Amino acid sequence: MTADELSAIEERHPQIFQRPVYKRFWPVLLIAGTVLYLGYALWFFSLPQVLRESHWERLPLFLSQWISYDLQPEFRLDQPEITPKYPRFSALGENPNPDWVIKNPDGTYTVRIDGDAKSVTFDKTRATITANGVTVPISLTGGKPVVTGPVPDWVTVHDDETVAKMGFAGEVRVTVDRVKVRKRFLGWANFVFDTRSPFFGKPAGEVISLIVSGPELQPGTSNLALAAGNIWNNAQWQHGDVWTKLLQTVVMAFLGTLLGGIVAFPLAFFAARNITPSGLLSQVLKRFFDFMRSVDMLIWALFFTRAFGPGPLAGSAAIFFTEIGTLGKTYSEALENIDDKPREGVLSTGANGILVQRYGVLPEVVPVFISQTLYQWESNTRGATIIGAVGAGGIGLKLWEAMRTNSNWANVFYMVLLTLLVVFIFDNISNFLRRRLSRTLHDYNRLQAERG
Amino acid sequence: MTSATLHSDATRRQADAWRRQTSLRRFYTALGVGLLLVAMGATMWFADEANAGHFFDRLPHILDFLSWLVPKDWNDVWRALFDIASPSDKGTQEFNFPLGRVYVWGGFYIPEYFELMLTTVNVALVSTFIGFVFAVPFSFIAARNLTPNPVLRLVVKRFMELLRAFPEIVIAGLFAAIVSIGPVAAIIAIGLHSIGALGKLFYEINENIDMRPEEGLRAVGANWFERVRFADLPQVLPNFMSYTLLRIEINVRISTIMGAVGGGGIGEELKLSISRGFGAKTLALVLLLFVTIFLVDQFSAWLRRKLVGEQAFLMSA
Repeated sequence: MTADELSAIEERHPQIFQRPVYKRFWPVLLIAGTVLYLGYALWFFSLPQVLRESHWERLPLFLSQWISYDLQPEFRLDQPEITPKYPRFSALGENPNPDWVIKNPDGTYTVRIDGDAKSVTFDKTRATITANGVTVPISLTGGKPVVTGPVPDWVTVHDDETVAKMGFAGEVRVTVDRVKVRKRFLGWANFVFDTRSPFFGKPAGEVISLIVSGPELQPGTSNLALAAGNIWNNAQWQHGDVWTKLLQTVVMAFLGTLLGGIVAFPLAFFAARNITPSGLLSQVLKRFFDFMRSVDMLIWALFFTRAFGPGPLAGSAAIFFTEIGTLGKTYSEALENIDDKPREGVLSTGANGILVQRYGVLPEVVPVFISQTLYQWESNTRGATIIGAVGAGGIGLKLWEAMRTNSNWANVFYMVLLTLLVVFIFDNISNFLRRRLSRTLHDYNRLQAERG
Repeated sequence: MTSATLHSDATRRQADAWRRQTSLRRFYTALGVGLLLVAMGATMWFADEANAGHFFDRLPHILDFLSWLVPKDWNDVWRALFDIASPSDKGTQEFNFPLGRVYVWGGFYIPEYFELMLTTVNVALVSTFIGFVFAVPFSFIAARNLTPNPVLRLVVKRFMELLRAFPEIVIAGLFAAIVSIGPVAAIIAIGLHSIGALGKLFYEINENIDMRPEEGLRAVGANWFERVRFADLPQVLPNFMSYTLLRIEINVRISTIMGAVGGGGIGEELKLSISRGFGAKTLALVLLLFVTIFLVDQFSAWLRRKLVGEQAFLMSA
């Protein structure tokens, strides 16, 4: 390509080669502005300091607690006889006798933390920790624990305590007067029956045979009812409460969106520019919709929590009020985008105002209305989880409280899984309905196109 | 149309068929509406039963509840907003407006609530930025027409779905335990959610592009990055920007709510002020929040209209 040809092309398309400066440089300006803003945000949130002071080592620990639980037997060495003690309300129930705590014939105890590969054997004078193919003997006679021999890097020797960390499997803490073991198990402890239940600790086959044909464990109650009651009232997992709260979340989203739709529907006709009898009314209604949307769902939730007390009524009302604004706005925009010809046709037959809307406007907008309402329903099901945390009912508050203690991550994960399941189910219902609708919409458009 | 006007058998048959069809459809419509009404009644009853206070018991007291909101002196609302000393100040927390001043330069200060509002807006902006930065590459990988590898596509899509559906409050709670409670945990939570939400919208846009520029680039031997950069990106960027702006609107709202559960910012203050019944402070906060959200919405709508025209107002979010 010669220089002449180049300049000829340039002359033919001046709008491409000679654009105004601001148009040529706006990407650069945008990027520069973003970088400047990020620098400011870094300073504003004092991010370097926050990250320096954060405890990232807790993350794998918390995540492992989502899907596992631990048991922490303690062995007092200063008593006449060594006996294992378990914390109250441990997952093992009132008479713990696990097979991984072994009383040897010679009077020593062995706790198998991960089979024989990771274990600790001890009596009152010495303890032997085995892990990673290494055996570490600890003498307890000198007033403080002393490791005899080389100390591997997974053992930490403090002044009065020796700690052996065995990764996910657990850890052993040895002092002169006690040995403390933490053994970690994969899974959720006592998920079906808690330790108070008469079915606790029984294998599944036995429970089923008890329910089907066993003698009544509690006179006057059938075993099936007893088992169901025990599961529903499981003290640790609170299945009953969790499922009720979950239902509340679903109800809040459903009720709020539906009521919002019912109120927004007639108002939208008065707000739509092409249908409203008065321009002033249209403006007033549109500002009203903006107002309902802009007063945040949080504000509504806090107000209604104060008015009605905490619970799903407050949450439903908050979603209802926000949804009047959102749906009113989208409905009236859909109405403003309709094709006017069917309406004129119905009008020309002498039909009155309501009949014109019913036969000239509704058939065109109802699928759009329903589709938008379903979309809001879907997004409110997610949103209802969060506003629950301020007291507006549902699973949110329960989740928040379970997290605040930092010790109940398995319960948190259980509720998260249920929430994900609910969101997934309602996403699919709403997607299915909307696909059905879009098919009718599509058919409608095709018929219109064929008619010309 | 009465039967007297029907002359031939054919017309009558047609009319009968039409009547049968509409009556069936009317039956289904009535059934649907009936079911919906039953569901509505049942859920209303359930919500009312489960609530601490019941609807009809509390209804007469709604206005009592509003009475604390009306301040004795309306000027206190402005004073609360701008941290100006109030004559009602009796040393209680309700009227200690000047205490919250954030001094920047000598006697020049930012009123407390503006500072908190700024925190909330900044949380929304930074988390939207995080969402955008990660969602763009993910959306190219997840789009059927740009990434031929189905496994890679599926993995990225599922990952984004998980991020979208995961309750933000749990991510916030988890990170509150790691980076300390406050706005940074909220940024991480909202940012992760935004990656999923924006990623889904973005890859759907990517799948609807015109593939001819891409084929042209392929013909001259451009690699994947060059094709995405010069064929795809120019087509989708306006829509990406439009959705990102919409996300900012949503994130401002979420970040307010996050504030109320410990994420810092104006939500926390609002929750405290309402639960303690501080009328003037509550009104000032509501006013500020309302105006900010309104302005953010209007600005974003204006910018979106400039970017992609009227279609920005069709269904989105």
